[in-house]
Amino acid sequence: MRTLRFLLRKEFLQLFRDRLVLVMLFVMPIAQLLLMANAATFEVRDARLYIVDMDHSTTSRGLVEHLLASGRFVARGSSESMSLADASMNRREVDAILGIPRGLEQDIVAGRPTAVQVVLNAEDGAAAGVTQSYAAQIVDTYVRDAGARLRPPTRALAGGGAAAAPIEMARSAWYNPELVYRDFMIPGVLVVLVTIVGTLLTALNIVREKEAGTLDQLNVTPIGKATFIAAKLIPLWLLSFVVLSMGLGIARIVFDLPMRGSILVVFFAAALYLLGALGIGLWISTMAETQQQALFVSYSIMLVYLLMSGLFTPVRSMPIWAQWIAQVSPVMHFTALMRAVLIKGAVVADVQRELILLATIGACVLALGVWRYRKRAN
Amino acid sequence: MPAGGTRLGALRSFMLKEVRHLLRDRQTLLILLLLPLAQVIVFGFAMRTDINDVRIAFVDPVPDALTLALRGRFAGSGQFTEVAVLPGTRELEDVFRRGDADAALIFEPGFADRIGRHESGKLMLVTDASDPNTASRIQAYASAVVTAYGASLGSSSLGSSALVPPVEVRGRMRYNPTLESVNLFVPGLIALVLTLVSALMSAISLSREKERGTLEVLLVSPIRPWQIILGKVLPYLVLALANVGTALLAARVVFGVPMRGSLALLLGASLVYSLVGLALGVLIAARTSSQRAAMLGAMVGTMMPSTLLSGMVFPIASLPGWLQLVTVVIPARWFIVIVRGIMLRGVGLTELWMEMTVLAVMLAVLLAAAIRSFSARLGNQ
Repeated sequence: MRTLRFLLRKEFLQLFRDRLVLVMLFVMPIAQLLLMANAATFEVRDARLYIVDMDHSTTSRGLVEHLLASGRFVARGSSESMSLADASMNRREVDAILGIPRGLEQDIVAGRPTAVQVVLNAEDGAAAGVTQSYAAQIVDTYVRDAGARLRPPTRALAGGGAAAAPIEMARSAWYNPELVYRDFMIPGVLVVLVTIVGTLLTALNIVREKEAGTLDQLNVTPIGKATFIAAKLIPLWLLSFVVLSMGLGIARIVFDLPMRGSILVVFFAAALYLLGALGIGLWISTMAETQQQALFVSYSIMLVYLLMSGLFTPVRSMPIWAQWIAQVSPVMHFTALMRAVLIKGAVVADVQRELILLATIGACVLALGVWRYRKRAN
Repeated sequence: MPAGGTRLGALRSFMLKEVRHLLRDRQTLLILLLLPLAQVIVFGFAMRTDINDVRIAFVDPVPDALTLALRGRFAGSGQFTEVAVLPGTRELEDVFRRGDADAALIFEPGFADRIGRHESGKLMLVTDASDPNTASRIQAYASAVVTAYGASLGSSSLGSSALVPPVEVRGRMRYNPTLESVNLFVPGLIALVLTLVSALMSAISLSREKERGTLEVLLVSPIRPWQIILGKVLPYLVLALANVGTALLAARVVFGVPMRGSLALLLGASLVYSLVGLALGVLIAARTSSQRAAMLGAMVGTMMPSTLLSGMVFPIASLPGWLQLVTVVIPARWFIVIVRGIMLRGVGLTELWMEMTVLAVMLAVLLAAAIRSFSARLGNQ
């Protein structure tokens, strides 16, 4: 125990002496959180629109005005030629083309089915998908109103009475009624930050001693393997908590992230999660001889795990084999838990599966790291 | 001053030394060669945004013929799986909090009776919007199912003339009709891998020599600073281009990603972009004092902006105005436009001259700065 205390003191001194580590621990996470919270969005405000209106009717002009008034689109060109519009998109001057066919108004009046075309530059796939759904919604409501306006209601029902749609569907988006993407993203970003700090710093910290040769010095002392590893991991484990708390504070104060559930559950889960994250760092440090190697191994492992853990794309959209890989990823369970607790207000009973899995994975990975670590002389 | 011939000889042996360094560290080399491959496969198979299996719960307190029929429609659509039928909304909250369902459809009692009386049957679609993108997509899917069902009810009971004519909104995705995610990510991926290999690797390798003091030895030798930089940089350049090749090949063979424009132009642009990255790496190494500082600098200075502010994942148009201005100085932003333009739109230099010019100017400025910072160092010693 006494040895552990001395070693811990050494580790803390080393950590706080190193200005770079402090930058990595405190400045980088904050900068990253601020940046990502602002950058990580698929919402497109001013899609540049090219208008090909072949109808020239009150209805078609109304449709264009309606689209522009939504604030989602700005007009950047118009003509009657689809090929001119196409060329303009090819030069990246516009993001979307609205094609209104000749006779749109007449078709609506006569009750003939007709179609409005929306062409999108799908080079930027995410943006294209979002822009299309804006356009579809706006066109849809406008055309429905126009249809109701243009066609006399007496034709609608033979038996008299109001022309009621057979089914009316109301919509309600729980937990995030405004569909704010940031609220979804920030818990994920916090997971990324804690993971980078935990895994990368652990790996680099140990490998650096390897490179400097001080690890050999420690290895020839009677300090036990467990004591050494505990002394290495405890400070980083604690510091990761500090990073997480800072991140949560910023999320709350700056970005007004809802926190409906208990923060204690989040911290308890983080404690379990960090066992795994630090364990991976320890395991990487046993494989790498240089800091460069440690960095690249960490980068590869983290990239795969972070991308496949539902941070950005839903896990359930992945093929089955990828979903199985994600199952053993602590990142996925921790992200799911953070979102459930913070956004949905889940209690321990709701997330017990995640907690158990986090504990199991954490214990296994840590055990693997400890087992692989050798007190050997080079 | 040594003669030109010897100088070139020095450059050659210096480059050989670098190549040996690179080849000796098998582990790093293996990672660098396999990383692009692994990334293309992970991106292509796993990063999907299409939603094909929505777990839906029904709150159907008094089931009748029509609610059962509509539930059947959902199950038969292929996009929805029924996970629970609940008696009330209170149970629904538990299901959502546990994350057992993505959406729920709430029927009001007497659904069929109302429709029988020519009144509107009332429904409420609830989505778990803790993932807002998925939620809005589920809303669209569910509306389509309900609208189709409503139309079938309308045509059977009222006659089709009673319905407002459906004006269809026909969306067409130019350049990537199926919104294949791999088509979108591969260009970004190429940029990311090139940044990793050129900027990060060169920064680390140079700063390692600095840390160990071997750079001082090189600096006092007759090799000129630009030769040191060139010798350092060329092996990584080859590696970077090899990576572009692997990534393109994997994308083409495994996923059939299109290559509509000129491959030569793409390789040329990759070369310029790698040189930009290498110059940045050299600059970072010259300005930092340790390997770890260089790593950190390269991560924060190149990798982060290349991922977040380049339009690779998140569209630039959705950034706040001041961040859009920041993206102008990020090389990856321009490079990704070029790669996407060549691969997906199939355009050439006529359309991409501006992006190419920006990259070339960046290269000139960074290269000058890198060489200068090295010469200045030499003077200080």
